[in-house]
Amino acid sequence: MRTIRIGSGAGYGGDRIEPAIDLIRRGDLDYIIFECLAERTVSIAQTRRRQNPELGYNDLFDYRFTRILDALVDLRAETKRAPRIVTNMGAANPTAAAKRCLAMARERDLTGLKIVCVTGDDKTDELDHYLGMTTIETGAPLSDIDGEVLSANGYIGCAGIVEALDRGADIVITGRVADPSLALGPLVHEFGWSMDDYTRLGRGTWVGHLLECAGQVCGGYFADPGHKEVPDLWNLGFPIIEVDEEGNGVITKLPGTGGLVSVATVQEQTLYEIQNPHTYFTPDVVADFSQVRIEQEAENRVKIHGADGAAPNGFFKTSVGYHDCFIGEGQISYGGENALAKAELARDVLEHRFEIIGLEAEEVRFDYIGFNSLYGDAISHAIRETSGPGVGAPIEIRLRVAARTKTAEMAHEVGREVEALYTNGPAGGGGATASVRDIISIASILIPSSDFTIGVELLEA
Amino acid sequence: MKLKEIAHSRTGDKGNVSVISVIAYDPADYALLEEKITAERVASWFGELVHGEVTRYEIPSIAALNFELKAALGGGVTRSLALDMHGKSLGSALLEMEV
Repeated sequence: MRTIRIGSGAGYGGDRIEPAIDLIRRGDLDYIIFECLAERTVSIAQTRRRQNPELGYNDLFDYRFTRILDALVDLRAETKRAPRIVTNMGAANPTAAAKRCLAMARERDLTGLKIVCVTGDDKTDELDHYLGMTTIETGAPLSDIDGEVLSANGYIGCAGIVEALDRGADIVITGRVADPSLALGPLVHEFGWSMDDYTRLGRGTWVGHLLECAGQVCGGYFADPGHKEVPDLWNLGFPIIEVDEEGNGVITKLPGTGGLVSVATVQEQTLYEIQNPHTYFTPDVVADFSQVRIEQEAENRVKIHGADGAAPNGFFKTSVGYHDCFIGEGQISYGGENALAKAELARDVLEHRFEIIGLEAEEVRFDYIGFNSLYGDAISHAIRETSGPGVGAPIEIRLRVAARTKTAEMAHEVGREVEALYTNGPAGGGGATASVRDIISIASILIPSSDFTIGVELLEA
Repeated sequence: MKLKEIAHSRTGDKGNVSVISVIAYDPADYALLEEKITAERVASWFGELVHGEVTRYEIPSIAALNFELKAALGGGVTRSLALDMHGKSLGSALLEMEV
């Protein structure tokens, strides 16, 4: 049976590039996808686009495409086939990203290279129509949002990618697209699956879901010394899935790379971020992973089959980014047998000081890093009680305080008070840090899919 | 016996929801997981960390349970004051639970 080889070159916006270039050069791939868009990344990118209409795409776009295009030049010189590239690195401005890519391709004489951008996810300018809609997170109308609204981008499906590939694209650049659609698009294009063949769309969505976090299915986010070993984690390879016409396949990685493709790594990634495995909602299909089968076929080769799907619900989830708040934070360390007591005293000082200066915060949180910062007191205590010897009193503690405020000025007070502990706090406080973050949050609404008009534009080098 | 002796886990996030899988190393232990690792026990183990409902989904074909913990991430990844705002480390805590 004919198979298509799809690789994954990025699992998030800042991911490593070397494993991706290795896949392009040695992977004998048909396609490689780069998933680079977290939920609020597109919102930050919209802000940048407003400042400069030629920007608003992925920050590392030039960094990545310099290396990707250089690899394509080499493959041409060696008359080897090059994978077609599908990425959401267009973020808030896929059109400008495609133009930039074209310029970079021309600099390298990649004559005839076809770059296609996919548009239609951006609803920022039409948001007035949707202000009465209910926000998924809070159940309140969207118009209740306090802060300035920055962006609205719908998770569109694979249709634009399919059209781009039908038109001969070597490189497809999108904005907000559902992550698994980056892989589903090539499969629909290659195998001519109908958009109401929900079983195959469900399987292709599983393929995309396994690929979208790149290294995470090859032993990344997995190793637990003594329990789960991963060879050469430092040299983690990125995944390849060989997909057949039925949408089933084999997941593997390149020889000579580190990491591990095992039943366990694939099981974990299958359920990653999936709430109900019977109904995984995407714009293309409601995928069903509840009956999947995962089997080791050979070393670092795992067979995946048995996903299913049902008709999509007719809505595209749309992320509305808005200015939410500021978070001010400070940290300082104490050492010695009495580290915890000194950190507790420092906390007492801070609590009084926040009162004296009139810190206005929606919430203030204190943590003792190394003691309770991940799980709070109850679970941390329970784990210490049930663990063997060796889990004794910590000899160093890092006190951390974070507060959510309405203004940046107020947020700065938090870290300043922590730094003041150097000269005014308990003995031996060291390594104080202070930071303020400007927080953009996301409210999600469901916009009918028929409200979206997907467009593609072809540029040729 | 701690859960980590027979199962592994991965944690993901969706807004203010934490999603934690519990997967048997040996499929023969799946029945034990299904019996012992109930939504109620998981909710009570996490206690004050989880402010919403805990739902359990069963996926016997891969010997796995999947837990959905609502209102578990301090208001969501963007505005959470937690050091681990994604709750990535929560699965490791679940594996410390006694079976």
